[in-house]
Amino acid sequence: MIPSPVYLDAATAAPLHPVARQALLAALDDGWTDPDRLYAPARRARQLLDAAREATAEALGVRPDELSFTPGGTSAAHTAVLGGLLGRQRTGPVLVHSAIEHSAVLHAAEQHVARAGTAVEVPVDRFGRLDLDGWSRAVAGPGVALAALIAASHEVGTVQPVEGAAAACADSGVPLYVDAAQAVGRMPVPAGWSVLSASARKWGGPPGVGLLVVRKGTRWESPWPADEHESGRTPGAVNLPAVVAAAASLRAVTADAAAQAARLSPLVDRIRARVAAEVPDVEVVGDPERRLPHLVTFSCLYVDGEALLHALDRRGFAVSSGSSCTSSTLRPSHVLEAMGVLSHGNVRVSLHAGNTEADVERFLAELPEIVADLREQAGVAGL
Amino acid sequence: MPDPTGGGNAPGHRPDEVLDCLGQRCPLPVIALARRLPELPVGAVIRVLADDPAAAVDIPAWCRMRSQEFLGAAPGPAYDVRRTH
Repeated sequence: MIPSPVYLDAATAAPLHPVARQALLAALDDGWTDPDRLYAPARRARQLLDAAREATAEALGVRPDELSFTPGGTSAAHTAVLGGLLGRQRTGPVLVHSAIEHSAVLHAAEQHVARAGTAVEVPVDRFGRLDLDGWSRAVAGPGVALAALIAASHEVGTVQPVEGAAAACADSGVPLYVDAAQAVGRMPVPAGWSVLSASARKWGGPPGVGLLVVRKGTRWESPWPADEHESGRTPGAVNLPAVVAAAASLRAVTADAAAQAARLSPLVDRIRARVAAEVPDVEVVGDPERRLPHLVTFSCLYVDGEALLHALDRRGFAVSSGSSCTSSTLRPSHVLEAMGVLSHGNVRVSLHAGNTEADVERFLAELPEIVADLREQAGVAGL
Repeated sequence: MPDPTGGGNAPGHRPDEVLDCLGQRCPLPVIALARRLPELPVGAVIRVLADDPAAAVDIPAWCRMRSQEFLGAAPGPAYDVRRTH
């Protein structure tokens, strides 16, 4: 019998929230016209966009005119980094970032370096926590235009010391960009940042909606050709039905975030404890306490990450992995690499509102045998 | 410039054994190391030749998990490990 699938990869994309589905369907009927036109249906679309912006800004605690919708989280991150650097290019060419930024931020940094800019990487410890002293020294250096820090690691769940990092940036007059993709909708985002990005599909909105927030007074210049949409921060008309759905979902999940965190965090604790106790030769990684409520990562010694993902998939479990054995690139996850923890046999479990205690129990019941079988097939049992 | 003794971060130390894992993908170099090291005497140094980038992370991590001594990377790319127990 094929077991019913258990989706445990919310950090990639949470299932569409029921409220988002309703809003999406309604907005497909009411919001397909261009909000910038002057006829009645366009005014209706304009109202929907304005309401979505206000609701989203309220959930984030920012002003509506500080918020732009982008074609996705990746594009928001690229625009945040490149715009922050461009806005302060007279100050200097240096981008400071943590070693565990999302690849979208690192790819923007690569482009900046390829165009004669400089990137300074600040390391993390074994738990994936930012070296705050190193960060403070780096942002105090000459010619720093922008600093980038992920609010919480999407791969290992470690929450970063954003307030301390922001204080160091303020001391040096450097704007801080925070990639809040895993935090928005799950936990309050600490204050002190100048630029922020997020992604709707992480909170149960549809794919293809990102958020870019640029606080008033921040020197920031769009890296894109001039465009009148979204305060000139990102080109093109927004996908209005998706934006409306994303805003509706964010409002719903923000209202429920504390309750979900209180429900999911003990399940993650249970996974951390039981995997360590019941699967031999496993390394559970990330900060056990200062962490996201819904995400846990571990690595199984001597196990091929791709084989493990396929075996879990056959038993009905959808998870993610930072093992290089699973990716088209040869390199293992740069996050695991920066932490100095085992990179093969890596599994990331990230829970969503639809996951039950029974889902977690079934995963925990089946995992030890799955790992043992793979080790036996590879002839490495008892090594 | 490569150390003529090939010692990497273990100055002057010649490995007692060289394990050729070139061309192998993770986790094979770590498995080969785990199989071979217990067969060597305590104190012996094994050099794992491995060009899979994951080995640079996984061999030190394995040494930490198994309480073996990671001596460092050597030219190759290669990694030196001393059996401590």
